[in-house]
Amino acid sequence: MIINSRFFNRSELIGFVSLLLLLVVILPLALDVFRLNLVAKYLTYAFVAIGLVLCWGYGGILSLGQGVFFGLGGYCMAMFLKLEASSVANTKIQSTPGIPDFMDWNQLTQLPFFWKPFQSFPFALAAIILVPAIFAFIIGAAMFKRRVGGVYFAIITQAVAAILTILIVGQQGYTGGINGITDLRTLHGWDIRTDHAKLILYFVEVFLLFVAILVAQFIRLTKLGRILVAMREQEDRVRFSGYSVANFKIFAFCAAAVFAAVGGALFTLEVGFMSPSFVGIVPSIEMVIYTAVGGRLSIFGAVYGTILVNFAKTSLSETFPQLWLFGLGALFIAVVLAFPNGLAGIWGDYVQPRIDRLLASRTKKSGNGGLVANGAPAE
Amino acid sequence: MNGVLMSDETEKGLKSPLRRQLLMGMAAIPALAMMPRPSFGAGPATSAVNTTGLAVTDSEVTVGILHSVTGTMAISETGSVQAEKLAIEQINASGGVLGRKIKFIQEDGASDWPTFAEKAKKLLVNDKCAAVMGCWTSASRKAVLPVFEQYNGMLYYPTFYEGLEQSKNVIYTGQEATQQIIAGLDWVNKTKGAKTFYLLGSDYIWPRTSNKIARKHIEGHLQGAKVVGEEYFPLGHTQFNSVINKIKLTKPDVIYAIIVGGSNVAFYKQLKAAGIDMSKQTLLTISVTEDEIDGIGGENIAGAYACMKYFQSLDNANNKAFVSAFKKMWGEKTVIGDVTQAAYLGPWLWKLTVEKAGSFDIDKIAAASPGIEFKGAPEGYVRIHENHHLWSKTRVGRAKADGQYELIYETADLVEPDPFPKGYQ
Repeated sequence: MIINSRFFNRSELIGFVSLLLLLVVILPLALDVFRLNLVAKYLTYAFVAIGLVLCWGYGGILSLGQGVFFGLGGYCMAMFLKLEASSVANTKIQSTPGIPDFMDWNQLTQLPFFWKPFQSFPFALAAIILVPAIFAFIIGAAMFKRRVGGVYFAIITQAVAAILTILIVGQQGYTGGINGITDLRTLHGWDIRTDHAKLILYFVEVFLLFVAILVAQFIRLTKLGRILVAMREQEDRVRFSGYSVANFKIFAFCAAAVFAAVGGALFTLEVGFMSPSFVGIVPSIEMVIYTAVGGRLSIFGAVYGTILVNFAKTSLSETFPQLWLFGLGALFIAVVLAFPNGLAGIWGDYVQPRIDRLLASRTKKSGNGGLVANGAPAE
Repeated sequence: MNGVLMSDETEKGLKSPLRRQLLMGMAAIPALAMMPRPSFGAGPATSAVNTTGLAVTDSEVTVGILHSVTGTMAISETGSVQAEKLAIEQINASGGVLGRKIKFIQEDGASDWPTFAEKAKKLLVNDKCAAVMGCWTSASRKAVLPVFEQYNGMLYYPTFYEGLEQSKNVIYTGQEATQQIIAGLDWVNKTKGAKTFYLLGSDYIWPRTSNKIARKHIEGHLQGAKVVGEEYFPLGHTQFNSVINKIKLTKPDVIYAIIVGGSNVAFYKQLKAAGIDMSKQTLLTISVTEDEIDGIGGENIAGAYACMKYFQSLDNANNKAFVSAFKKMWGEKTVIGDVTQAAYLGPWLWKLTVEKAGSFDIDKIAAASPGIEFKGAPEGYVRIHENHHLWSKTRVGRAKADGQYELIYETADLVEPDPFPKGYQ
């Protein structure tokens, strides 16, 4: 019980349990497979948002290039799936059967060397984690060791996002260009497009999301997490205390990159394709907005924020095809101006004190029994 | 009987400016207003014409419209939306499809390919649309194609595109690359004696594939002709000075330009500023329709040649009726480009196919599509090929300073669509 109550404080526990109920019980029962698949798509961004809570909310490192890592993870998965979908039998019509269709259109006659290892699923899985981690390490090491931070770092991540987009679009024979890698069908012979598969993928994703939440929470609560906060508040003091600030920053940035990459890989599985439109500056900023709306200091807030913003995006665009972007923009401005800590801030500042007062008045009435009852769910 | 109904509505509705506008718009379409109000629900039984659970009732059938009305593609796709709505209104005024009124659900693809896929799925799975008119860019089509194939929907796709695709679930109402390219190159080779070509394009699949076909044709089929340069620019690129200098050095007989979207504005302005005179230098494009000239400015592109299947200025009775109906519905200033006309064909071809098949079922429509003829097409006569593309004529027009094209040449016969051209891949 002691460990539990330390690992999650009460409001986090409420967040955890209600999220568990929402994602595992309520949504699957209430929504049809189409809407549930949309939720699954939203949740892939939640991975990015959790990463941003660690790196931006706690570490104070604002990255405007998380789309890069989301994309790298997504492309690693898409390359594996595309190779499986491009069997010789499926691509008889091409001049070179057995290679992905877009390579054939671009006059490639054999699989490029860096595509070949992606025929192996274990390699693809490892690449989903390692490629973004190594890439983030390189960027992080190059920047943080030179003490580049703050706004400059944000701008550089943006530039990286722009560069990668241009690279993917320009090298279309190797990457599928602006169309992206489309028409993904099976994972080890298992058709990922059926309703049944979507349902299974949804639960796999929810499971991974909770793993991600627990990992993030764990990082936050260790000494490492405290150093991150200290760094955000007073970087110099941490440095003078003998800690290597750069290494901690690199770690936070790499961790956020891996979270984003897992989200990207799941996105590819859920949606069935990957394209440079998730890599660039605009999607990267959108991902930061999800975190801002949810609350950048709260892991659960970020998840709820992601679901809510995306849900608003879908429903507004269905109801008002021509006006929805304005509505969405207004929502962002309102949240950021009025509630800088996002939804989690609203919960912490307004909702929870009221509940506490309510509970406190009840506890007074019923004596000590109320406290025990309150503590019980924590076990 | 229509008049009674309208005056009723006028009393209630005049308070709202939008309704007043709508009513004025309606009153401005005398052809429609004078027609007796068609009675719907007189067609064959729903159970007979809809065996797969599409959104078809005794009096209505639902179709989807899926284009970008927001984002960077909105400028291009708006014309298609307008044309599709016009066609649907005209079909309803003439009695609908199998006695059923067409109701449409519009979704916004927001210039974002996954959004297109998401909305396509919504239109097919939730709304059970009997057909969807939509998409513009190849990327959006590629994104929705697996959705249409999985849920067995029917997409009418209006844009001229690169080919290399054929699906039971798509009718391509624009031209595929060989239709648009080969006739134009033959024409410029024959009438202008062009031997050297400089190929330009935006950097994505359509310009690259099109230039590949152009190069194969130039090098393999035109006597003594050759390609002297080939270059690509990122989408949205605005600095063309270096390529313009190269063009000045190599002095090609023809600049073959497949630059899309906003880049066109910079490209043609810089060409003009660099002193390249289109009355002396032949420029042939397959990517600039009247819609783009609106942005480029007629004076900047006057004298250039475009090769496609439709120009707003085409002189035939169908087109005149189409242009005047379009302008009445959407305003005098609107221009109509190639893709807009192709989008207009979508609902009509679907109606004709449904009536031939005697059913709304997707499988029956897919099977009945080959051989469907539309004699009322603004571009003239079109027919659906076995490969679900259209037989259509290819035309060359010359841009004028007023933003219109003057028809210079058209193929004598319909050109066969060939999405997988042998010897051009």
